[in-house]
Amino acid sequence: MPGKLKAKIVAGRHLPVMDRASDLTDAFVEVKFGNTTFKTDVYPKSLNPQWNSEWFKFEVDDEDLQDEPLQITVLDHDTYSANDAIGKVYIDIDPLLYSEAASVISGWFPIYDTIHGIRGEINVLVKVELFNDLNRFRQSSCGVKFFCTTSIPKGYRAAIVHGFVEELVVNEDPEYQWIDRIRTPRASNEARQRLIFLMSGELQRKIGLKVLEMGGNAVVGYLQCFDLEGESGLVVRAIGTACTLEKLSSGSGTHTHPNTAPASNACNSPSKDGKESPLAHGCRSTHNSPVHSACSSQRLSQNFSVSVPTLIFTGMGSGSMGKDAGPLKTLLRQQTQTALEQREFPFFTLTSFPSGFLLHVGGVVSARSVKLLDRIHNPDEPETRDAWWEEIRQEIKSHAKALGCHAVVGYSESTSICEEVCILSASGTAAILNPRYMREGCLDLGGSDQRFEDPSPSSCGFCHIPYDELNMPFPAQLTYCFHCRRQKVPDVLFTTIDLPSDAAIAGKGCFIQARLCRLKKKGQGEANATAISNQLPFMEYELHTQLMNKLKLRSMNALFGLRIQISVGENMLLGLASATGVYLTALPAPGGIQIAGKTPGDLNTEQHILNIQKRINDTIAKNKEFYEVNPPDLTEEVVGSPIPEPRLRSRLFRSHSESSDELSELDLSHGKKDAFVLEVDDTDAVEDIHSLLTDASPPKGFYSCNTETMPGIYNWTSALQMFTSVRVLRLSNANLSNQALNKVFTDLCENLLKSFYFKLRSMIPCCLSHLVFSVAVPEEDLIQVAVTAVAMTFDKDQTQEKPAEKPITKGCSEAEDQLQFSLELCTDSSSINSQSSSKNSGVPESSHLSTRDRCSTWLELLRLKAHTIRRGSVKTSRRTQSLAHSVSSLEHSSPLTEGRSRSLRSSRSFGGSSVSVVKMTPLSFLPGTRIVKYVGIINMFFIRETTSLREEGGVSGFLHSFVAEVFAMVRAHVAALGGNAVVSYSMKDCVLMENPNKNQCQCLINVSGDAVIYIRETDQEVTGSTANIGLSCTSSADGAT
Amino acid sequence: MAVELDVFVGNTIIMSEEVYQLWLDGYTVNDAVKVRMEGGVLDEFDAKVDVVLSDTMDQYRTFQMCERLLHSPTKLANQLLFQIPPHRQATLIERYYAFDDVFVREVLGKKLSKGTKKDLDDISAKTGVMLKSCRRQFDNFKRVFKVVEELKGPLVENIRQHFLLSDKLARDYAAIVFFANNRFETGKRKLQYLTFQDLAFCAGQLINNWTVGAVDNMVEDMDVDLDKDFLQELKELKVLITDKDLLDQHKRYKHLCLDGKLSTLFGKQRLLMRWRLISRGLVNIATKLTNTKDVRDFFIDLVEKFIEPCRSDHWTAADMKLYLTHYTNSAHILDTFKYQVVWDRYMGVIKSCIFKMYHD
Repeated sequence: MPGKLKAKIVAGRHLPVMDRASDLTDAFVEVKFGNTTFKTDVYPKSLNPQWNSEWFKFEVDDEDLQDEPLQITVLDHDTYSANDAIGKVYIDIDPLLYSEAASVISGWFPIYDTIHGIRGEINVLVKVELFNDLNRFRQSSCGVKFFCTTSIPKGYRAAIVHGFVEELVVNEDPEYQWIDRIRTPRASNEARQRLIFLMSGELQRKIGLKVLEMGGNAVVGYLQCFDLEGESGLVVRAIGTACTLEKLSSGSGTHTHPNTAPASNACNSPSKDGKESPLAHGCRSTHNSPVHSACSSQRLSQNFSVSVPTLIFTGMGSGSMGKDAGPLKTLLRQQTQTALEQREFPFFTLTSFPSGFLLHVGGVVSARSVKLLDRIHNPDEPETRDAWWEEIRQEIKSHAKALGCHAVVGYSESTSICEEVCILSASGTAAILNPRYMREGCLDLGGSDQRFEDPSPSSCGFCHIPYDELNMPFPAQLTYCFHCRRQKVPDVLFTTIDLPSDAAIAGKGCFIQARLCRLKKKGQGEANATAISNQLPFMEYELHTQLMNKLKLRSMNALFGLRIQISVGENMLLGLASATGVYLTALPAPGGIQIAGKTPGDLNTEQHILNIQKRINDTIAKNKEFYEVNPPDLTEEVVGSPIPEPRLRSRLFRSHSESSDELSELDLSHGKKDAFVLEVDDTDAVEDIHSLLTDASPPKGFYSCNTETMPGIYNWTSALQMFTSVRVLRLSNANLSNQALNKVFTDLCENLLKSFYFKLRSMIPCCLSHLVFSVAVPEEDLIQVAVTAVAMTFDKDQTQEKPAEKPITKGCSEAEDQLQFSLELCTDSSSINSQSSSKNSGVPESSHLSTRDRCSTWLELLRLKAHTIRRGSVKTSRRTQSLAHSVSSLEHSSPLTEGRSRSLRSSRSFGGSSVSVVKMTPLSFLPGTRIVKYVGIINMFFIRETTSLREEGGVSGFLHSFVAEVFAMVRAHVAALGGNAVVSYSMKDCVLMENPNKNQCQCLINVSGDAVIYIRETDQEVTGSTANIGLSCTSSADGAT
Repeated sequence: MAVELDVFVGNTIIMSEEVYQLWLDGYTVNDAVKVRMEGGVLDEFDAKVDVVLSDTMDQYRTFQMCERLLHSPTKLANQLLFQIPPHRQATLIERYYAFDDVFVREVLGKKLSKGTKKDLDDISAKTGVMLKSCRRQFDNFKRVFKVVEELKGPLVENIRQHFLLSDKLARDYAAIVFFANNRFETGKRKLQYLTFQDLAFCAGQLINNWTVGAVDNMVEDMDVDLDKDFLQELKELKVLITDKDLLDQHKRYKHLCLDGKLSTLFGKQRLLMRWRLISRGLVNIATKLTNTKDVRDFFIDLVEKFIEPCRSDHWTAADMKLYLTHYTNSAHILDTFKYQVVWDRYMGVIKSCIFKMYHD
């Protein structure tokens, strides 16, 4: 008997009136864990009952402890009829199973009912006593810590990063069982909530087991998702990065130098007892095996990869495989390669890394696959789903190889389901990692002062191309790094990760979004899937084109945090790409955008084009000023550089039809123009340019980004406001053209942003960080966009700060001094060393001129119709990559921001509240504070339903209160764990189904995050955690019992 | 392209005081948007109507959800649904319970019943306060009245604790409750010139000096009901006008003191005449207060018996003050007058009420 769970029901308050006659309630509580149920006495006639129950003890397996939630049901006693349920509380007791996390759960929980929402609160105490050595119980994985945070959690050091872990569990969806016809909506919702709690518990346990097998003790970047597949079932899947974390003793910096281990035996140990890949990448044949089933006839496959600035075809089966053998230049790299290759998937869900971890970044790799969900559900064989994902991951892996990279960072997976069609997507950033970290180096974010002797400076090293110049996976413009002048860099760089903390940038970052809406015919089964998969490559291409144009328009040359979501609906496909644009000083300056008309004779057109050109130039100039993009040495570079400067000599091609698959190589560049050319040859193009220009830049005082922090802003103050916004648009006109639809969708996103700016205007100067948009097509003619982000204030003017805060701000002004210094240095070096650098660099140049020429076209080849029919799947995959250069560390990362001055505004304002304040943020840190403890992962799933939609204020009223309730429940759980904030908060699902005619609506929300205890930077002791006080009280109370 | 759903929810409540006020004032969403657009605050932000509309809708929804909590403000502090910083909580409550003086002036002294509630549209039309706002204010009065009705202890303190109001607002509510409970007549035309603040001040005086609570502070309704014993004792003051000696003596003493001090130039005769009238008036008010009907007419009596005569003689406020002070004090020197304590308790209140009610 490995564990004893104890629960005590203390009291209730604000209960609803259940007895109309007396206006009171006779409440009692049922406490259930597994199959055991206890009841409290009835506390008669009170809306604020004081049960003060005994300790209910459950003796259970630790396996159950991990899987099951504690279920607390509050009921109204009724002598004559059945007792009425008031509501429930599910408590995940997982946080009590780690030694370092919370030791007791204690606090007020909202009593939640899926029909009525929150109905009062209940005060509960929960404790767990664990016996025995847990590791002997292999079915359980108690003690493995889970973090949603996609970086090494603060206060920890990663001794070893073991790598990718994934798992999925499948079950029947209770909503689709026969019994659902005869039970109440409440019963059905509760069955569903409970099932998902169980499934996610089970999933976490299984992942934990894998981590233990690998020798790790934690999962970082844990991403859990639900796929509501309707009749074919319910899938809960998760991915993460297994690590061995060590707790840093607070205060002492991390001075363990990582250079202790010889690089040669890097990584052998951890992966040895880890799962050896059953699909070593040599044997691609296995790839086919999962799809041999009956379904195979329903699927077709199509694959290609897109890389921006160029579209190329990389063979799926074997074509790309040959390429990657060559380019490994250094011994170091080879070693890493070997080490990583021992892993099935060298993927990392992390998005930010300690300096020195990331050596080079290749570009974005992504893969999509359209699947038909099997009609016959078979919960005992989740293998089909496993196989699907396996396939996609293989694809990603091979793309990474094609880019000369051995690892994928910033990796994530997602799905979009409409009826029986499901699009599986995965994306990440191909990268080369420092092998040192693979075994026992330090991967700690805490020690920002740690610097490694590295061949390439950390400020630009990651921009250097990882692939072989002679054997480029796609055509790209290469130049010597503008920073170190030794290595080659691409002209644009797209990544899914956060901007490395030591990267050198100019100016501020900027939120860039590409939106696309495409009609599709309604269809069924295979035909439908084919239609969708045929559209995907075009969508990918167009999204990238948009991103590229917008990037140029802002005079920037790199994208971070790129996230492309493609959502499928019955009659349309939505594509939304969000990223944060940055000017990396290591990369060449982006050229302007030039408009070219196809019919030069026409005067009107000429005039029109001139006008557009002028507007574009104005916009670029305006953007430069707004984002303060002033590359230090622009003119000098252009004039004085001895390196044959490949200005962007390319143009964008609008029409897809021209890129037929017959063309193996299509040089469309005119070879003369310096600028990026947009051709205005049809109305589509004009529309596009208009939409390009109508993107309003944020109002003065506002910045926005979708990464952890805004590049170029460092002096955060502590005021923050996390928010969730959902908007659903009904398309009134059924016969919209693609163009009109695009406009509608673009306006929807733009208006949302405008709304945010307006609502949050009191926080100016302020930055919207971690803007995460998710789109869905819940029904025909409906477009749903849900956004979660955080608004954070910053100090515009450092001199305004109070003298008392000087010591804190000093750090950042120093950083800026440093920056200026290095900027100068860089300018110097570029003028003085330019000659020598070209000579010194070991890379021969002239021989590659031809390559360069070849690459100078943006659209080289596009083979869309490359079906491989024998493959049982439809896939699209895409890859992007580009170039850069940089200066010194002008960075936004956590160590710096933490040292920022802060305003006491928010913290002060909460001073006297009787409910402890819980801050929430999608970021992994809270400005002006230090996270001292992670008390557990929050992973909650709620269903809310109403049959009186009008009375609740329509869908908006309904969802508004539901979202507020979800926040309230998250805060209550965090407070009960003794935490005072949630970091890395995200809303992963928000599924809304409405039926206004029946006055009904149902909504499902899934949220997650890490509960933490933070202290304000200046404070010595823990602040704001009233729950902690409660904690000590309760433990003494416990001692008494 | 209809927006089917549009919500924006912050972890910490998001509200603008301007919109809250519009909501409280009873503006519909569309009217509120109009007002905001006209307000010009938005010009600097270049906000379009749809943006303002969406923002207003979100806030209105938030306020509607909060309204339930605002009915018992103590819940607002320990509810979990909204995370509201304490200073915001205070603003929400204070503003919610704030009222328009013009409106309250209309219902002051009326029974807080369904009947009065039905008349709210008339009051709304008359005062220009929107009906919705009238309803809220009226319901607030009723709610406060109901809660404190059954409580022991000082009225103002009870209101402050149960509704977390500021001292000023709690006092105003105490006045409203006091007026409603004693049903003082305030609606007559002659009283129209009095503002709510005048009357609230008087109520405060009465509560502090004439109620049961002024002597005993642990009785139910202590601050709401007038001290019956005291009212009984007031009858004894009759001697001041019935006893000829006392009357003359009193008159003489006062004249001694007042000689040459009043700025108004009255003839001595005129003053003497007034004196008789005023003195009789004030004492008569005192002796009649055992009658509930006369209690209701307390303010109208004060105006008719004292303020109007003085005003017709064009007394300045300063003169009036001086006069009343000496009138009160001179009674102390009377040898045979035995009701000094009652007299002081009575005149103290009368004096301050008249000071407040006497507008130049």
